[in-house]
Amino acid sequence: MKKPKEPFLTARKKNRTYCMGITQILFWALTAVALFSALLVITSKNPVYSVLWLIVTFFTISGHYLLLNAQFLAIVNIIVYAGAIMVLFLFVIMLMNLSKETEPQKNRWLKLAGAVAGGSLLLVLVAALRTTETRMTELGTGEIGLIQNLGHVLFTEYVVPFEIASILFLSAMIGAVVIGKREKQVIEDEILEADVVKSEIHENETAGYLKH
Amino acid sequence: MKNLILLIPLLPFLGFLINGLGRKHLSKGLIGTIGSGVILGSFAISLYVFLNLDAFTGERAISSSARILGNPVIRYFDFIRVGSFRIPFAFQIDQLSTLFLLIITGVGFLIHVYSTAYMHEEKREHFGRYFAYLNLFVFSMLLLVMGANFVIMFIGWEGVGLCSYLLIGYWFKNIDYTKAAKKAFVMNRIGDLGFLLAVFWLIAKLGTVNYTDVFTTAALDRLNTTDLVGITLLLFLGATGKSAQIPLYTWLPDAMAGPTPVSALIHAATMVTAGIYMIARSNMLFTAAPVTLTVIAIIGAATAFLAATIALRQNDIKKVLAYSTVSQLGYMFLALGTGAYVAAVFHVMTHAFFKALLFLGSGSVIHAVSGNQDIRTMGGLRKKLPVTYATFLVGCLAIAGIAPLSGFFSKDAILLSAFDTNKILYAVGLLTAAMTAFYMFRLLFITFGGSFRGTDEQRHHIHESPAAMTIPLIILAVLSIVGGWIGIPELFMQGGDRLSEYLGPVVRSKQIHVDHATEWILVALTTVIALVAIIIAYMRYRNFREEKETGLSRALENKWYVDEIYDAAIVRPLNRFGGFVHSFIEKGTIDAMVNGVGRMVNYGGRQLRWLQSGQVGNYVLLMVISMVLLFVLQFFLRK
Amino acid sequence: MDIKYYIFLSIALFVIGIVGVLTRRNAIIIFMCIELMLNAVNLLLVAFSKMHHLAGAATNPTAGSEGQLFVFFIMVVAAAEVSVGLAIIVMLYRNTHSVDVNFLNRLKH
Repeated sequence: MKKPKEPFLTARKKNRTYCMGITQILFWALTAVALFSALLVITSKNPVYSVLWLIVTFFTISGHYLLLNAQFLAIVNIIVYAGAIMVLFLFVIMLMNLSKETEPQKNRWLKLAGAVAGGSLLLVLVAALRTTETRMTELGTGEIGLIQNLGHVLFTEYVVPFEIASILFLSAMIGAVVIGKREKQVIEDEILEADVVKSEIHENETAGYLKH
Repeated sequence: MKNLILLIPLLPFLGFLINGLGRKHLSKGLIGTIGSGVILGSFAISLYVFLNLDAFTGERAISSSARILGNPVIRYFDFIRVGSFRIPFAFQIDQLSTLFLLIITGVGFLIHVYSTAYMHEEKREHFGRYFAYLNLFVFSMLLLVMGANFVIMFIGWEGVGLCSYLLIGYWFKNIDYTKAAKKAFVMNRIGDLGFLLAVFWLIAKLGTVNYTDVFTTAALDRLNTTDLVGITLLLFLGATGKSAQIPLYTWLPDAMAGPTPVSALIHAATMVTAGIYMIARSNMLFTAAPVTLTVIAIIGAATAFLAATIALRQNDIKKVLAYSTVSQLGYMFLALGTGAYVAAVFHVMTHAFFKALLFLGSGSVIHAVSGNQDIRTMGGLRKKLPVTYATFLVGCLAIAGIAPLSGFFSKDAILLSAFDTNKILYAVGLLTAAMTAFYMFRLLFITFGGSFRGTDEQRHHIHESPAAMTIPLIILAVLSIVGGWIGIPELFMQGGDRLSEYLGPVVRSKQIHVDHATEWILVALTTVIALVAIIIAYMRYRNFREEKETGLSRALENKWYVDEIYDAAIVRPLNRFGGFVHSFIEKGTIDAMVNGVGRMVNYGGRQLRWLQSGQVGNYVLLMVISMVLLFVLQFFLRK
Repeated sequence: MDIKYYIFLSIALFVIGIVGVLTRRNAIIIFMCIELMLNAVNLLLVAFSKMHHLAGAATNPTAGSEGQLFVFFIMVVAAAEVSVGLAIIVMLYRNTHSVDVNFLNRLKH
């Protein structure tokens, strides 16, 4: 998809038939869905619902990436985040059999305090950044989001972090395995071994006794 | 020359250090020798200075009546130096200070020797302590009289007050004695406040406290009447504290709690005369403030009279002598108040001789009757203690003012000056002289006459005192007889008043406007009245059994209840005020505040503990809140 | 599209994630909200990279690609972190049979 889409869009803009271009409509639609689903993530009682709504949020964010022509990232977001990580979450939730009834509820005042704190943070940040100077991002255009260009930069300038990232993955894997190992099984095995050894000694002793 | 003068106070100070630090290691004989020896050394040097005073001060005699005063001040170093204000550590060696030097070291030496025998029963380290304090006292007194400005005098002033406290409370295990010592010190302090205020006033007005700068007409011109009256009254207040005048005299009788030699030295011969010395030294200031002089005269006369009345009915040997001292000091202040400075100094000298003699004699008596001090259980000691009796008799004659003993000349000079100023003062003085003769001879007859009224055990132990005690008595008796002959008035001998001549440059003597005939009559009157009083006393107390008690005699015996009045009017309200301040301000406010701070910290800590709840959620909440705050600070409040 | 809107959107998502962390007691949900926050940041980074690219495309054709590469690495780290974190949560569940965060107050001591 090397062909830029500019002429088409500019033509559209020149016409001024619509108040907003298609990209803008898409932007606002995706924004609305993202916010809505994020709110639902944090307010759902059933943890499985929370996971599902988070997946929807990820899809919308990928949509935003596409709008910004970051195609590689959009696909990777869906594959890795929504596809792998969220599935992992679902596995864990299923493992623990969590459902709406077993969900612990936080103290009402603390919930209110949390909401207020978050709300004030929102207000502060928005108020602070309200007066930033206008810079434009064009939607649907740009070469850098394309996987070719991105890969080129990654493997020339940022190859060292790339290799280190692989080592990071290795350590994470080992860590997860080590943590998740069933230690009870190890202990039980040791206890079993000890019993066997004891019985063996006992046999030997009695045998020896009889010998002498 | 400088160093020689410095040795005079330095030797006793060395004695203090050696005896004080080595009191546990040196033998009693050595302690006594060092203690007395250093005073003897100071006396020798003082004698040398006295005989060669002209050489020391550079004084020259122009003619037989006029002399130019040289420079008597010897500076050593600057004691206080603040900006351009200087107070030098300097000694002023002129006639007045030399005279006092001789008295202090001479009588002091005799008393030191006496003490070696009197205190020989004390344990070694207490013996050493005693002599150390005594030497320290002499050192302070020497500083007092040798100082060339009011500040050095004040150092000695405070020092003698301190040593008085230490020595009165010498037997510190007895609570009554320590209370007496405390009383003496506190009353001294009240007077010292007056002294200090006067010094500050002088500094404020004149910028200097050196005698050579203050006692000049130029300096006096700079002070207006209020200054003069104020300064002199405050100085006199200091003198009342130190020299036991009304209203600060009640400590002196209680100070008899100390050992008898201490009473002799401090409360008869030297410390109590510091007030007189100070006023005599500042005679120029006082002459310029007649109001103060009147006050001094009245208080002096009143004190003399009051103390004499109380002494009439006291039954403790030392208390009689104590009130006698207060009375005689009153006489000296009467003399100062009427402008007869030389007469006052004269009486200081003679009083030192006969009062020390009387005290040491009483010490000998107490020693003989195994520590008893009540004269009602004494008597008949004349045969058993001949030397003591003889010297005591000499002392009584001297104090009664019988010619030709020393007391006659000095007392007559005072009464003459009083007569010249105010007839009422003279009458009071005359009456007091009669009472003096009466109560002293009452004491003599009750103690030495009649038959012994004490216990058998005491009777067996009566013995004359050892030589170390009797020899000083004899020497002092001789001095009491001849000591007055340096001040023989013109009445008897032309040019006989060597003392006035000697002190002339420093202390101006008073011009008496009384003709010879009147003077003869006055002299005769005093002598007759004294003799009559003695005879009456002899008749009454010759064979003493016991005395009748009347309402008046009870009041006299209880010192006119002055102590009780002081206690109720001053001491107890002050105590209550102190208690109030303690409970309300100290405990209620300050303590509460300090404790409150502690409690607040505790409370705050307990509240802060809730932050560390261990709940992750709380931590995150706090993080968010602090983030909000940081952002607000960063974006909105940073101007 | 003005960069402001992307900033606001990112802030909103981020704050929603924070409120989720503060409001919920289930450890897994909290973890999920953290992922949400990370994604908000990712979005912002991509938007900024686009902005820089537009500003500097004349001189450097790959200007602004750092932003997207950084997002790539964030995803890497997020994946690693999720795996380890979930392992820990599983262990906690095995020991205490609950995923309630309030039970984990041993930090008090």
